[in-house]
Amino acid sequence: MDVLYFAWVRERIGLPKERIETTAATVAELVEELKAREERYEAAFADLSALRVAVDQELTDFDAPLAGVREVAFFPPMTGG
Amino acid sequence: MRISIQEAPFDLGQEADQFAAGRVDMGAIVTFTGVVRNSAKGDLAAMEIEHYPGMTEKAIEAIAQQAKDRWSLGDVMVIHRYGRLVPGDKIMMVATASPHRVDAFEAAEFLMDYLKSRAPFWKKEFAADGADWVAAKDEDEDALSRW
Repeated sequence: MDVLYFAWVRERIGLPKERIETTAATVAELVEELKAREERYEAAFADLSALRVAVDQELTDFDAPLAGVREVAFFPPMTGG
Repeated sequence: MRISIQEAPFDLGQEADQFAAGRVDMGAIVTFTGVVRNSAKGDLAAMEIEHYPGMTEKAIEAIAQQAKDRWSLGDVMVIHRYGRLVPGDKIMMVATASPHRVDAFEAAEFLMDYLKSRAPFWKKEFAADGADWVAAKDEDEDALSRW
């Protein structure tokens, strides 16, 4: 699946998008997998309460299932308007 | 319903005129325009707005559809810019058309409240002492509860 990062999450991880092969069943499991990879992921995902997640471009929760999902995005709370 | 996510500036008067044109059943047109405000110290050099192409359009369509379901609206328009802007630049506008003004005003406020915290935009401010992402405010989240 494609994993996208925006705003300071993108800056901390150092890239806007990457393709990830995962067997994670939920967003939370994917986060754990990413955090185990490298320090920069650990830093980006240190405080999940400061993050929001979208699955296939719909805002959702960290316990959302990943079966059949094409795109997951992580970002801070939105500041539009 | 027109939704435009664009880097280019927009002409407020022209957009408002076009939005209002050709309708004889809409007694009220409300427009709101968001402008890049300088910092209290007056040292904001620029603001960069990032968004999530694809999700942005979908999220705004869903918000606009909710407004249309809830109020008596003939039409809704949302323009939101991204990229680099400087103080005084217009960031975004919403327009609502309704037979009566209460619906037009309320729907415009609803759209603004939801665009603030449910449309995937992020702002980074560049000032004299460095660059910082604008943090979401609790009151923006609280504003949703009144709807």
